[in-house]
Amino acid sequence: MSEPVSALNGASFQGFATIREIGPLGMITLRAKGLKSLDKAVKAVTGTKLPAQRRIEIKGDRACGWMSPDEYLLILPYAEVGAALAKIAKALAGEHHLAVDVSDARAVFRIEGDRADQVLRKLMPVDFDWLEPGELRRSRAAQVAAAIWQQDQGFTLVCFRSVASYVMGLLTHSAQPGSEL
Amino acid sequence: MLILECPYCGVKAEETELSPGYEAHLKRFGPGSSPEEFEAYMFARKNPKGVHFERWRHTYGCGKWFLAARCTATLEVFGTYPAQVSEPPADIIAKILARRPDWKPE
Repeated sequence: MSEPVSALNGASFQGFATIREIGPLGMITLRAKGLKSLDKAVKAVTGTKLPAQRRIEIKGDRACGWMSPDEYLLILPYAEVGAALAKIAKALAGEHHLAVDVSDARAVFRIEGDRADQVLRKLMPVDFDWLEPGELRRSRAAQVAAAIWQQDQGFTLVCFRSVASYVMGLLTHSAQPGSEL
Repeated sequence: MLILECPYCGVKAEETELSPGYEAHLKRFGPGSSPEEFEAYMFARKNPKGVHFERWRHTYGCGKWFLAARCTATLEVFGTYPAQVSEPPADIIAKILARRPDWKPE
């Protein structure tokens, strides 16, 4: 097996908030709706319950997020993706679903600090005053799709790997010292 | 700026998070229809000043198509609803009539 490498090799920036590219992170896109074994399959992989609309259930280094009425994002350690896919296939055998390893298709960033929200406020058409803890918000960061949620005194941002350096540029620029809101 | 609430995920999405899908509730005229009907289905679109029904896609969010009733003159939004209907639901019609008593549903 070749060594997994994250999109920007863990690039970081210290402005009025800390920007870190993290990963590689295991991610599975699970598309399914209204299946009776769905909560069991998710529980087996992430140890969390099935999230309600626009929520993310986090448990340690695992999480399950609600992406759309028929799509969930499962987050887990990178090395366990293969085993997790097998667990899902077993739990949902015979039921209409799709589970795909998207770990290498994504880039993940952490934005940390007291003013982490200000970095994102400048980039996303999202009202952060109304964003609740435990809410997963899919939107755009400047010109590209991104999903964010609050976690441990900061935000986690997920975007496509192909635009990782663009997003790093955005976050770096937005976090320049002196540009606080 | 237009803000539409996505009926699938409940996000109050701003216009740039959405993609326009133009007129809603088109009736398809396919094989067996007259050339005039097909031409109208293909090309003729309503362009009202006032109440209009449109398709929108929550592109940067859940990715679902939904329908919206809004006023093209004032940008007032009467409501949004899921796309699995062939005509505007009664509650949307009621909301429009509350604001535009002279308007007549087709």
